Amino acid sequence: MTATAPSRTVNLDAWEMVVGLEVHVQLKTRTKLFCSCSADFGAAPNANTCPVCLALPGALPVLNERAVGLATRAALALNCTVQPVSIFARKNYFYPDLPKGYQISQFDKPLALDGWIEIGTRAAGSPIRIGITRVHMEEDAGKSVHDRFPGVTAIDLNRSGVPLIEIVSEPDIRSAEQAGAYLRVLKQILEYVDVSDVNMEEGSLRVDANVSARRRGETKLGTKTEVKNMNSFSGVERALEVEFARHVGVLEAGGMIEQQTMLWDGTAVRPARSKEGSHDYRYFPEPDLPPLILATEWIDQVRKDLPELPAARRARFAEDYKLSEYDIEVLTANARLADYYESVARAHGEPKAAANWVMGEVMATLKTSGEDVARFRVRPADLASLLGLVRDGVVSHTAAKQIFTRMVATGDPPAQIAEREGLIKIDDDAQLAVWLEEVIAENPAEAERLRNGEKKLQGVLIGAVMKKSKGRADPKKLNQLLTARLTS
Amino acid sequence: MSARSCAALRQETAAGRITASDTVRAAVARAREVGAGREGLNVFVHRDDADALKQAGALGERLADTTPGALLGVPVAIKDNIATLTMPTTCGSRILEGYVSPYEATVVKRLREAGAIPIGKTNMDEFAMGSSTEHSAYGPTRNPIDHARVPGGSSGGSAVAVATGIVPIALGSETGGSVRQPAAFCGIVGVKPTYGRVSRFGLVAFASSLDQVGVFGATVDDAARGLGAVAGHDPMDSTSANIPVPEYQAGADAGVKDLVVGLPKEYFPASLDPEIRRLCDAAVERLRGLGATIREVSLPHTDLAIPVYYIVAPAEASSNLARFDGVRYGFRLEGEGLRGMYEATRSTGFGAEVTRRILLGTYVLSAGYYDAYYRKAQQARSLIADDFRRVFESGVHVLFTPTAPSTAFPIGAISDPYEMYLSDIFTATANLAGVPAMSLPIGRLGGLPVGGQLLAPHFDEARMFAAAYALERALGEEAHR
Repeated sequence: MTATAPSRTVNLDAWEMVVGLEVHVQLKTRTKLFCSCSADFGAAPNANTCPVCLALPGALPVLNERAVGLATRAALALNCTVQPVSIFARKNYFYPDLPKGYQISQFDKPLALDGWIEIGTRAAGSPIRIGITRVHMEEDAGKSVHDRFPGVTAIDLNRSGVPLIEIVSEPDIRSAEQAGAYLRVLKQILEYVDVSDVNMEEGSLRVDANVSARRRGETKLGTKTEVKNMNSFSGVERALEVEFARHVGVLEAGGMIEQQTMLWDGTAVRPARSKEGSHDYRYFPEPDLPPLILATEWIDQVRKDLPELPAARRARFAEDYKLSEYDIEVLTANARLADYYESVARAHGEPKAAANWVMGEVMATLKTSGEDVARFRVRPADLASLLGLVRDGVVSHTAAKQIFTRMVATGDPPAQIAEREGLIKIDDDAQLAVWLEEVIAENPAEAERLRNGEKKLQGVLIGAVMKKSKGRADPKKLNQLLTARLTS
Repeated sequence: MSARSCAALRQETAAGRITASDTVRAAVARAREVGAGREGLNVFVHRDDADALKQAGALGERLADTTPGALLGVPVAIKDNIATLTMPTTCGSRILEGYVSPYEATVVKRLREAGAIPIGKTNMDEFAMGSSTEHSAYGPTRNPIDHARVPGGSSGGSAVAVATGIVPIALGSETGGSVRQPAAFCGIVGVKPTYGRVSRFGLVAFASSLDQVGVFGATVDDAARGLGAVAGHDPMDSTSANIPVPEYQAGADAGVKDLVVGLPKEYFPASLDPEIRRLCDAAVERLRGLGATIREVSLPHTDLAIPVYYIVAPAEASSNLARFDGVRYGFRLEGEGLRGMYEATRSTGFGAEVTRRILLGTYVLSAGYYDAYYRKAQQARSLIADDFRRVFESGVHVLFTPTAPSTAFPIGAISDPYEMYLSDIFTATANLAGVPAMSLPIGRLGGLPVGGQLLAPHFDEARMFAAAYALERALGEEAHR
């Protein structure tokens, strides 16, 4: 059974979509959650393994403190209450890529509870707030490789034991669009607090969606299905639309939704082969690990160390730099870009000019090269001094763009480039007058027409001087000189 | 026949009067003698005599330039559920057939660092589930005093290795009496330290919240030195405690003058074998004679121990043994698809008792039964722990009880699992409460050894050893008659 659309025309508008999302995020630690193996992505199969993550007899887990720090940081950024005592629990099930036969997770006493994030504003102006039920820590399983060797499944345990947090939302999401917004805001926050690479392609962020449908006005929740296997945010949105439509189709036809796991294949959903819903995971407290006890002072310190979050940063950019809403959205897309912009703006002192350059030249260059702004060769201080040269009339805007290109290529400071390449603006009246006379002599007809009032020819003549000066002539001064010359 | 003591071996080896190689050669010869013939005791499941001799030789070479380790030149036997590098680690189970660990248990590493030489892996009830060492894939181990009887279990092989004088000390493991009960049945000393005192890293887990590596010794002093060598914090075991380890042999002359010894009445029920009671009374009188104050106390929740134990231990075991799935190591039997492979591997690889406990444990953790069984058992477990806390807070320093309700029983005599479980009735409490406990010989009945048990507050093994030293000395040869 597959479903791409409801089997007959139904009135989707009479129904409300109810969605809760479970998001798994890989924490950015050097090592795994319970052993000292590297947590890096992309090593040769089973290269990053040891007795602990291979589940050899007698091996025991030891908790990675750095992972606890990152998980706590994430939970606080999502406005959760971090619990002073949380308990690791075993989730028991058999699968070849789960070497211990259980996953160490957290169950009835998770790391953090009761958070929320805001994903936008309603028409009426109130914020759309999505509740976060819990954030808990757990280890990843390994990977079953079905297509590497004909007829057999291979197991790669590099991922086994990699630290994850699971972020479970309340069923507060009412549309596919809201689900997309929730994921984008969540990703942005996690990026800002630097706890994860949040990269869906590399699997450092994974999304499962619980979806149900109910008639508008109904307050009870309908039977839900869990949709898995989406590999992009837009995939989540499309999968939700399709699954919701399937629910409505079944319900309108008088049918019942079966609680089950559905897999998204990029265009359609189909039921997962194994009856995952019927698993009894036999959770019980992990006896190999003592309860995780976090001192209030420690939690407070993590809170104090939180960087500015996206919403606060957007508000401050509006206040401090008086930027347009659009500029703010672009410049705060991620913390590194915002940091970059802010350094340029502060050093230069003219926020709008800084914004124009960062959103223009800088972002265009980064887009072409695919580079991250954090590693961009043109450092904020150098960009600010280039902007200073423009403002102070030392170089023309045209020359500044040439200088910027050289900065990208060489990393040299702008003044040095301007000097070396002879790009410093020439405002010496004598030199400008010489060029002007030459141009008038070379273009007598145009000069005459300008004298007779054809103002548009001013630009033509100025352009010719600029060309002659290789862009160095000060156009403002040139304008004055030309006007004076032809009206005298 | 007993081996030379740890203290003597260390002194003689350090002085150059004997060599570790000679000691190991003698131990190997004795092991061959004990294991030989139809009546062989079946002590070891793996031995690498050549490697043991090589290690002993290497020890001799570095003798000159190092301070002698606490167990210099001492041959030791290791229970087969403790990971060793050169010998297989199979837990007495077919499912780990041929498995050799690529890493070494912390306790084995510490023994070797102290100058001891592991000479072999000893037989055990499969995955330490049993009280008789009959339920091993390698067949039963026999009691050295009466070959028709069991040595106790599950650490029966290690107990017999010490009792027959092959080695002065051996490592066992305890989940519910698996060191103390065989020590009692074989007439030697067996110690279960406080939960967290000794690293479990490399001990193949049965029930993680109860498991502890234990030590057998021919004498109290051997056991004290053996425990001292392996005890202490290990960063590889998150449940190991970072509490300093005193020199237990310092208690040898401490005496019991200021000691208050409690006799919990629940351990001396009307149904207790009167002869065992008589031997206990005699031991208590010795302690009184040495100046100890004897006080009757009560541990009212003692009768919950067996039911609680047989819920908690199988529950944890059902999860701990899930890793033996035929995928990565050990025994594997193909079947129809993945599920078929799991079923074939596990139903063939595990013996009946292990299978029974996995099923029991899976059941008590199941949705709908968790609260009625596992949660309730954990609540009852804390009542048992509270009993001990209250008694020790009331000024009692150590408790004295019988170790087991009977002497060694004939091989094959107990076929009802529940009856077998009852042989842990006096020992399971210490595992549930996490307190240290030990068994030492207090006499014989019809030629078969009887053990007396001492229990102490958490991490107060030193006081327990002091009492044991005094009692051992006071009983003298009486303990073995």
